[in-house]
Amino acid sequence: MSHVLAVVLDGLIYASWLFMVAIGLTLIYGVMKILNLAHGSFYALGAYAAASLAGRWLAGGHAPLGSYAMLILAAGLVGLVVGPVLERGLLRFVYGKDETVLVLVTYAVFLILEDAIKLVWGVDPYFISEPYGLLGSLSIGELTYPVYSAVLVVVPLLVGGAFAAALKMTRQGRLLTAVIHDREVSAAMGVDVGRVYLVTFTLGTTLAAIGGALTAPTISVVPGMGVEVIVLAFAVVVTGGLGSFPGAALGALLVGLVRSAAVHYFPEVELFSIYVVMALVLVVRPRGLFSALEARKI
Amino acid sequence: MRALDRTEKVSALLLAVLLGGGVLLPQWALFLVTVSLAKGLVVLGLLLLMRTGLVTFGQGFYYCLGAYAAGTLGQLLHVSDVAVMLLAAVAVSAAAASVVGLLLASYRGIFFSMLSLAVSMILYGLLVKSSALGSTDGFNIAIATIAGVPLAAGARRPVVFVLAATLAAASCMGLHRFLGSHQGRLAPAVRDNELRVEYMGASVRSVVFVNNLIAAVLTGAAGALTAMVVGHIDPELAYWTTSGEFVFVAILGGTASVLAPFLASLLFELLRSFAYEYSPNAWQMVVGATMLLVIMFLPDGLWAIFRPRLKRA
Repeated sequence: MSHVLAVVLDGLIYASWLFMVAIGLTLIYGVMKILNLAHGSFYALGAYAAASLAGRWLAGGHAPLGSYAMLILAAGLVGLVVGPVLERGLLRFVYGKDETVLVLVTYAVFLILEDAIKLVWGVDPYFISEPYGLLGSLSIGELTYPVYSAVLVVVPLLVGGAFAAALKMTRQGRLLTAVIHDREVSAAMGVDVGRVYLVTFTLGTTLAAIGGALTAPTISVVPGMGVEVIVLAFAVVVTGGLGSFPGAALGALLVGLVRSAAVHYFPEVELFSIYVVMALVLVVRPRGLFSALEARKI
Repeated sequence: MRALDRTEKVSALLLAVLLGGGVLLPQWALFLVTVSLAKGLVVLGLLLLMRTGLVTFGQGFYYCLGAYAAGTLGQLLHVSDVAVMLLAAVAVSAAAASVVGLLLASYRGIFFSMLSLAVSMILYGLLVKSSALGSTDGFNIAIATIAGVPLAAGARRPVVFVLAATLAAASCMGLHRFLGSHQGRLAPAVRDNELRVEYMGASVRSVVFVNNLIAAVLTGAAGALTAMVVGHIDPELAYWTTSGEFVFVAILGGTASVLAPFLASLLFELLRSFAYEYSPNAWQMVVGATMLLVIMFLPDGLWAIFRPRLKRA
């Protein structure tokens, strides 16, 4: 029985992590129709910035609890700097090109950022494990989890909830929804689409960076950590339906639970299981679980 | 049989130059040219897919399959014949493409790109966990005979080189003919407007399926060639960044001519060898920046420099 519980809890923790990295990807795709391969690099940037800032903070002998603020601050900084620079400096020149060309553009950005990270932070790993152990641990039945894992579950939930509420209830959220459904008509109605794009891209970047910053204490921050993330986030987003927020949540849950079960019962198929879920979902629903109908071009 | 046209004559000429000049090349250059020719074959397949309007981020799947098909023969069955390895690679990648193609043929655009990526990552995931095939380390490959004829130790690399050059030239000519044929001309039509292709009575699905199969076969053969010349294979061949590299070379060359992939591939390997020597940590950055520049200013690839009046097909 406790085994099943462990599978479910591990699955939930992994699912929230997946959701955190996938929501930015699906947001940027939904609004801008860009499948952003550089998303994993934003995640890595967030992790590196968090490791540096929080490391600096702790080395300076400040209150250890403040390191959590540093994690978030680092992610915010990355998002607010990298997002606008890329959107204004590069992406706005390529809007309107074919979706596959946009993928290639972001692939180029990914390559550049990967090396930029190595040039700035070097190739040695960074460790910032203090925030992970600081909160102590809690017991669920016979199982013990660090409280930080609970934080990793709660934060994505809060972010997702805030996001859903903002989309439905605020004026900006509704403008965003309008642009998602029809960019041209929104522009004709007076929505400043350029501004919506800028805000969206910055928000998406920040979400990825937060994902990285919160994960940083649980892993060693090494070059190439973003490469794997993009493939996982992509699998989640496609399973759920590209551009759909409930899809990202359900996709993350599905993939998280399946992977957790695979890790516990059949560790050989761990990587494999994620893509099998995706392939199976796509065989039944070719465009993911929550997919919109699409008109064909004649 | 009709007379050779210009592209075919150039291919034949280049083959003669390669075979003649190969004797003069030092070992490292021979190796570099062989690898470029093999990767050029992969990119040739990508060219066909791009003409069909499809960009794949998962060509590493067939590349790796080809390499492992060739390598597993030696590892498990102790076969080390070049011809058998190559045929095995072609057979395995063709078989895989016939199955995977059924699923992929219903997707276009980024869905095609990313699904093919997922397929290659499945293979990666499987190989990493398979200890019989060396997990992440992979294993070494030895070649000893070609079609039953034993090879002297010093003759192995030159033999693979001649094989790669011949295959490259033959594939260039073959694909060039194919692109000019009825079936081949459907590719750009599918890219431009699928629905009309269907209205005119052709099957879009079969065009995508067949072109994907051709690309897979070329890539599988290239994987085996690379495995034989490098002498070592590992799961990294299926990782999505390997496939990304192929896409980069394809963009660099452009899709205007079947010779462009080989030009771009040679250029890329040269650039890489030198850039890697001087700045191993800024090498990807150079690739990324070049890619952005090509996309922005040379959307038809380097080949457009040679033919400035080329109309966008």
